[in-house]
Amino acid sequence: MIAVIDYGVGNLFSLTASLKFLGAETIVTNKREDILAADRIILPGVGAFEDAIAKLKATGLVETIIAETKKGKPLLGICLGMQLLFEKSYEYGQHEGLGLIKGEIASIEEDLAQYGTSSQKLKVPHIGWNSLTLKGNDPIFKYIKNGDYVYYVHSYYGRNCLTNTIASSNYDIEITGAVRSGSVYGTQFHPEKSGSVGLNILKAFIEL
Amino acid sequence: MITKRIIPCLDVRNGRVVKGINFEGIQDVADPVEMARFYNESGADELVFYDITASVEERSLFSDILVDVASQIFIPLTVGGGINTLDDFDRVLKCGADKVSVNSGAIRNPDLIEQGAKKYGDQCVVLSMDIKRVDGTFRLFSKGGRENTGIDALQWAVDGVNRGAGELVVNSIDTDGVKDGFDLELLDELAARVSVPIIASGGAGTMGHFSELFKHPGIDAGLAASIFHFKEISIRELKEYLRKEGVEVRL
Repeated sequence: MIAVIDYGVGNLFSLTASLKFLGAETIVTNKREDILAADRIILPGVGAFEDAIAKLKATGLVETIIAETKKGKPLLGICLGMQLLFEKSYEYGQHEGLGLIKGEIASIEEDLAQYGTSSQKLKVPHIGWNSLTLKGNDPIFKYIKNGDYVYYVHSYYGRNCLTNTIASSNYDIEITGAVRSGSVYGTQFHPEKSGSVGLNILKAFIEL
Repeated sequence: MITKRIIPCLDVRNGRVVKGINFEGIQDVADPVEMARFYNESGADELVFYDITASVEERSLFSDILVDVASQIFIPLTVGGGINTLDDFDRVLKCGADKVSVNSGAIRNPDLIEQGAKKYGDQCVVLSMDIKRVDGTFRLFSKGGRENTGIDALQWAVDGVNRGAGELVVNSIDTDGVKDGFDLELLDELAARVSVPIIASGGAGTMGHFSELFKHPGIDAGLAASIFHFKEISIRELKEYLRKEGVEVRL
């Protein structure tokens, strides 16, 4: 069973529908015992970092989630859910994350201005389909191939996380697409919105 | 790299997909769920559903269709038509929409854009505009393109983005249904003024019209209905053609 953490952030329709479509038993929950009983955890999220981390902490589930991943239970953070896994975020100030992934969340707009080389100013948010460059052969990508397209919607991104990066996309700067540290995974893109490629990533996560 | 997007638009009335020419003379086309599945398989990057129904019964039929589509097709879905309040946002998001398109509702109450963006995020609010030239200036039209609001359309777009609209759908009434190409003059004017993604609508008749469109910087997506519905152009062939033309697309 997959426990999808419900902490009042974002719309869970597509995520739960895609898991159901794949035949996975899913529970949307904010209860400790459900997380303990589940064999996998998904941390979704849309919105702003500060608000989301506060809401997640308010559930009182953080310690349980971290303890379960230390025991090897697979966790997948999606979009803002991935960003929360990082050490810190610079979205409107500086905020501490869960620290499960080494690195930080920074503004795409500021980094494009500083490091971008394109003559044409790219738009922020980074919205749309971008191709994934896979690094190594992570099992979560066993059903997809290098160069496959996934759907992104975000204005902040993970950086200085190279040791944990397992896929990235190019948007003038290198956008961290997916990260992994042990049993903890995160995707910046939305697998539940990325057509058959996304379903194949979720399928591999279910089989981890 | 990021790709240019191809988006079929499905106008749904009484549970069926319809497409009018210059917004009038609506013809019945097909079952929306079947069509959504077909487009997903042929490589559509997103789907837009417009609810052009009037009655409460038809509205609930539309919700059922939406749930059905969102439960089996996992690409971004935008829903518009009859979005006047935050409750309307809530209603369609709960049925599986990812983005909500506002048009006449935002003209009546511009705060709707701000409220939606604040509650659901900028990325969720798509400002859709029907624009027509009147005496040499671009004017904003409401009620499915029937009524001239007298509002300067370019200024309306800028204001909408400042209020929190995350994307713009630009439908040119002058080119809609004519199949003689997108309204590049209008699109260029808008692209020079806003930094959010622009989805061009109205006027696509050939594959060449799309490659011409994407040569204009600042245009992120092309939206069309009848040429896809009547299979005059297949999305897969269009994307293969665009890739040969040097346009980055998802294949």
